[in-house]
Amino acid sequence: MSGYMQDQKAIDGLVRSHQVHRDIYIDQDVFRMEMRNLFVNTWVFVGHESQTPNKGDYFTTQIGDQPVIQVRHSDGNIHVLYNRCPHKGTKIAIDRSGNTGKFFRCPYHAWSFKTDGCLLAIPLKKGYRDTGLDQTESAKGMKAVGAVKNYRGFIFARLAAEGVAFDAFFGDSLSSIDNMVDRSPAGRLEVAGPPLRYMHKCNWKMLLENQTDTCHPMVAHESSAGTAVRLWDEMGQKGPTPAAMQIIAPFMSPYEFFEDMGIRTWPNGHGHTGVHNSIHANYSEIPGYMEKMVEAYGEERAKQILGESRHNTVYFPNIMIKGPIQQMRVFIPLAADKTLVESYIYRLVDAPDELLARTAMYNRMINAPTSIVGHDDLEMYERAQEGLHVDGLEWVNVQRLYEEGEDMETEAVVNGTTERQMRNQFHAWLKFMRAPGSTDAQVAAQ
Amino acid sequence: MTFPTKDDLIDFVYAEARMLDEGRYTQWLESWMPDGHYWMPLDYKQEDPNLVTSLLYEDNFMLKLRVERLNGARTFSQKPKSRCHHVLQRPFVDEMDHENGRFITNTAMHYVETRLDEQFLLALTATHELTLDQGILKIANKRVDLLNSDAAFGNIQLLP
Ligand SMILES: [Fe+2]
Repeated sequence: MSGYMQDQKAIDGLVRSHQVHRDIYIDQDVFRMEMRNLFVNTWVFVGHESQTPNKGDYFTTQIGDQPVIQVRHSDGNIHVLYNRCPHKGTKIAIDRSGNTGKFFRCPYHAWSFKTDGCLLAIPLKKGYRDTGLDQTESAKGMKAVGAVKNYRGFIFARLAAEGVAFDAFFGDSLSSIDNMVDRSPAGRLEVAGPPLRYMHKCNWKMLLENQTDTCHPMVAHESSAGTAVRLWDEMGQKGPTPAAMQIIAPFMSPYEFFEDMGIRTWPNGHGHTGVHNSIHANYSEIPGYMEKMVEAYGEERAKQILGESRHNTVYFPNIMIKGPIQQMRVFIPLAADKTLVESYIYRLVDAPDELLARTAMYNRMINAPTSIVGHDDLEMYERAQEGLHVDGLEWVNVQRLYEEGEDMETEAVVNGTTERQMRNQFHAWLKFMRAPGSTDAQVAAQ
Repeated sequence: MTFPTKDDLIDFVYAEARMLDEGRYTQWLESWMPDGHYWMPLDYKQEDPNLVTSLLYEDNFMLKLRVERLNGARTFSQKPKSRCHHVLQRPFVDEMDHENGRFITNTAMHYVETRLDEQFLLALTATHELTLDQGILKIANKRVDLLNSDAAFGNIQLLP
């Protein structure tokens, strides 16, 4: 194994129509190629605009393994800059968020930069007179990423200067973000508090695959959801339904339920569960909400928006959103066997607080490092990360409901227990794993 | 002297930690008021448990489910089981209101949890809101502030 960095074509052999090679999850070279190519060529989620509402507000995160700053410039636009002083390499901002005023100032030698990254001033600048500093990259200021797009408040960036366009990359999959935002009578979301941060000792793609893995809940989550159902029965189902019954118990739904809910895949690795129905479809109604929605959109449109039952929408490469409950999970790759999962919740502007309370509850019950449902999942990922080292049995199967001649470049709606979305993700994975600017990347961009 | 004395409150907090360490969960659940909440904020000095995320904000049913799950035949993340260990500094008694049956303690603790070859340490402050139920001390609410609540954690499977 390994040596993929020297022989980049070798990764072609890792993805087959119905199975993928374990090196995809455990090999250091493959991980480095993902950071240098996949996370450079694709549009990666950075943050929400409400995390930087005012001029000078910034938020630090990473795109792949690249530290970046999302910052609101003086003209009101949001920029995404590499978090590195062009002088000696010092990270400009260390805290997770803050306000830098009109400019960033490097704490090491006080080089300062406008909030769009342009060099503003260097102390004792005469020391650089006639040295040719202006010919260097250092004099250009803080480097910006290749391209930035603010889509309905969600900030995405492409590190590569050239490559696939935003609309071409996401296509019709943007309808899931639209639906999440449209659920606000004001058509706007606001981030609510800091994210849960959950460290996973497994490859980031295991998390991504799990988002549309509809054959695991009733098995892996029997310990939490099954126990909830049994407890509630033993209590004679007396009194108000506990929150856990609404949030956790539906994981025990039978296979038929998940089959019927359907999965849709879009080109470039995006897809979602819950086309026709989902475990989020029957959430109790919140008084006053429908009225506000009808007021904002009219009855027909309001019903259409709230009738959408999309469960998990995966945006390749590394986020998942839950439209009906305004939640985002970000799978930040730290190493081949290490992933940081950050789970955000958003407030529907102008909607009753009860909706946000339910979303906050869902987040802590399902996505926290203290969550019993989270424990069920992480146990499986970490066992897989270790088990994949077995030699002589080197392939991971993704064959469920595989059909000969599947075309991932077209949208499809299929049985909800298919692994087509996993295959779709690997198809996109291979497509964007070419070096940026290479012929193949240009092909992928079309 | 009227029950509870300051010592009674302090003894209660120690005894509760010991129940958790020894896995005596049935007894532990019985030491709660039925409408009590176990809260572990996510943000440093968080004030609101409802409209932002917490690590835990669990009612009686959820706590029951949590401890019941630990013994399930198909609870794979507890095969093998985790163990935990609390080391307490002597609790402060911050409020002693016999008239309203409201007693508040503040306790610094170190919490260690282990499973297989892994072990981690959390520093925390526990705030117990205690009350009297038919003459017996019970937990009305409990709040656990982790010193590094905003850090990224792996699984925390037992109760700090
Ligand atoms: Fe799961």
